[in-house]
Amino acid sequence: MHIVVCIKQVPDSAQIRVHPVTNTIMRQGVPTIINPYDLFALEEALRLRDKHGGTVTVLTMGPPTAEDSLRKALTLGADRAVLLTDRFFAGSDTLATSFALASAIGKITETFGAPDVVFAGKQTIDGDTAQVGPGIAKRLKLIQLTYVSKIGHVDLEGRRIEVERRSEGGTQLLSTQLPCLVTMLEGTNEMRRGTVADALRAARAEVTIWSAKDAGIEDVTKCGLRGSPTVVKRVFAPTARSEKAEIVDFGASADEAAEALIETLFQKA
Amino acid sequence: MKKELPEHFKAYKHVWVFIEVERGQVHPVSFELLGEGRKLADQLGVDLAGVVLGPAGEGTNAAIRETFAYGADLAYLVEDPLLADYRNEPFTKALTDLVNTYQPEILLLGATTLGRDLAGSVATTLLTGLTADCTELAVDSDKSLAATRPTFGGSLLCTIYTLNYRPQMATIRPRVMAMPERLEKPVGKVVSHPLGMVEDDIVTKILSFLPDRETSQANLAYADVVVAGGMGLQAAENFQLVRQLAGALGAEYGCSRPVMQKGWMPADRQIGQTGKTIRPKLYIAAGISGAIQHRVGVEGADLIVAINTDKNAPIFDFAHVGIVTDAIRFLPALTKAFEKRLSPHNRDKLAG
Ligand SMILES: Cc1cc2nc3c(=O)[nH]c(=O)nc-3n(C[C@H](O)[C@H](O)[C@H](O)COP(=O)(O)OP(=O)(O)OC[C@H]3O[C@@H](n4cnc5c(N)ncnc54)[C@H](O)[C@@H]3O)c2cc1C
Ligand SMILES: Cc1cc2nc3c(=O)[nH]c(=O)nc-3n(C[C@H](O)[C@H](O)[C@H](O)COP(=O)(O)OP(=O)(O)OC[C@H]3O[C@@H](n4cnc5c(N)ncnc54)[C@H](O)[C@@H]3O)c2cc1C
Repeated sequence: MHIVVCIKQVPDSAQIRVHPVTNTIMRQGVPTIINPYDLFALEEALRLRDKHGGTVTVLTMGPPTAEDSLRKALTLGADRAVLLTDRFFAGSDTLATSFALASAIGKITETFGAPDVVFAGKQTIDGDTAQVGPGIAKRLKLIQLTYVSKIGHVDLEGRRIEVERRSEGGTQLLSTQLPCLVTMLEGTNEMRRGTVADALRAARAEVTIWSAKDAGIEDVTKCGLRGSPTVVKRVFAPTARSEKAEIVDFGASADEAAEALIETLFQKA
Repeated sequence: MKKELPEHFKAYKHVWVFIEVERGQVHPVSFELLGEGRKLADQLGVDLAGVVLGPAGEGTNAAIRETFAYGADLAYLVEDPLLADYRNEPFTKALTDLVNTYQPEILLLGATTLGRDLAGSVATTLLTGLTADCTELAVDSDKSLAATRPTFGGSLLCTIYTLNYRPQMATIRPRVMAMPERLEKPVGKVVSHPLGMVEDDIVTKILSFLPDRETSQANLAYADVVVAGGMGLQAAENFQLVRQLAGALGAEYGCSRPVMQKGWMPADRQIGQTGKTIRPKLYIAAGISGAIQHRVGVEGADLIVAINTDKNAPIFDFAHVGIVTDAIRFLPALTKAFEKRLSPHNRDKLAG
């Protein structure tokens, strides 16, 4: 079985600071991590490989430093890593990102064989759009299964897969054909720790690095800023509410304070 | 980037709202979007249309009626048994065909699991821009849609345009926009369009559907009164105090993200940027500091009461009423006092 997992390197948002004057994100010194949602996809891919045999290829589009995330994925057990990096990709919105990633998956198909399943995370913690998974599926004409909570029976011969999918108000049990694209819901599994063998292998592993041209992209106007229909025009800080809370100091005991608070609320309601 | 709308897009006109129907029920976010879509359409001087996709029957008829009651000028309808339960393939085809045929300039969808699944496919098929999880929509001086969304967990906002492609697409989370008033109105013009698919064309089959248990399906987003606890409550057992106060008020309860991460409350109770957006009449936050990611989920509340030991806690910057005290001691007293005070009549007054 060949499985491709799309992972994105993101700034560790818990440590992001916004510059108070310029309103820009202060990225310097902020550590980067694999988008936490993507680990659920990676773990699910590794489980499928362990069960059915085959290889897991991790793919990311990003700056050269995104290689760190790929190496991390290798230490966690992935077999092969592809970094798609080129200045043409700068400023991609989700449409341009899905174009680049779909092209790279096309090249992966040519070079290493066609994937049975392409995995993505539910969303990222920085762009947070949840649009790239459906975008890749549409461009590769794969059936899309989003918000998957469980992978059920996989019939490699019959080319079918069953999954449980979170939908509004319940869970759908779906059956569809392979190949398909799956975005995994969070909390559906627990990322394994890599083995020492994986860590040693990862240290020696070659990460495949492709430019736009290497990935078979001829029309670079579909990439980056030029290939992005959305335009970010303004970034600004939310305006604070002008007045502060009315701090009520009821002084007395908790019981008396509670009654006084309720009195205040009824007056305001 | 400058606006240079290609000639063939200039015919794209009118504002559309995708009406999400799930097992015969319209998702309330669709009405919220009709309210917002009405404002945009009026500013642009164009029509507001609702798009209903579903099987023939009462659920779909009701969705059409409600579309008009919540302010649409017309409706587009694709009626087909294949649209009974959501599957990406037939829904994407139906919506894409409608867009290509009737050419709207703006298309809004709820940022639900269904809406996000569908919007991503439709936008990629149409090769147009899609702005996710908007909190504010406006029409610019050159009549473009200015879609504003929080970034980096709400610490900043950005305004995104789709200048040179049509339609301009956006998803909006439930409860971000206000619910408009419902007015009894006759059903107006309904434009029907065929799906043009048979079951054999659809690869994905639904084997079964398991509805959520009532308990796990907390109606937090739509509750009139919400009580929430944060890390200030210090221990799992103290969340009983939050549930008890909510019980006394007939309210829903929730929590901040670290509380959920500790496993003190389930994930569907988390309020904020990465949890639920709420819009209650009364929100009581106990032991919550008021981080920006929490704030963006509760700002729509009419009246926010904060209980916190730290008088400098950021929550007091946006709460309406603050009380500087130990929530662990204060919550039981508040529950008791509410129980004493609340005759059914008074409860109506506070929440209604
Ligand atoms: C503040 C901000 C707001 C933005 N708003 C929008 C917007 O409204 N509309 C829009 O079109 N673009 C928007 N963008 C651009 C968008 O974030 C980028 O296109 C980004 O490359 C991918 O989108 P995402 O992070 O939202 O990914 P998501 O769609 O949330 O990611 C889903 C999954 O796709 C995969 N994936 C995503 N990116 C990569 C990658 N580079 N390499 C490998 N796998 C990947 C991962 O598996 C991920 O879990 C915004 C960017 C920023 C910084
Ligand atoms: C990408 C991202 C997304 C996020 N999304 C969310 C989200 O959706 N929702 C969310 O809530 N957070 C979210 N967060 C986390 C957010 O930044 C804060 O860390 C979080 O909201 C803080 O939770 P808290 O207020 O419960 O805890 P703390 O910040 O630890 O605050 C505890 C408060 O309790 C007070 N206190 C202490 N003891 C008492 C007492 N006995 N009685 C009364 N008060 C007391 C303290 O003064 C303090 O103000 C997100 C963060 C990131 C980076």
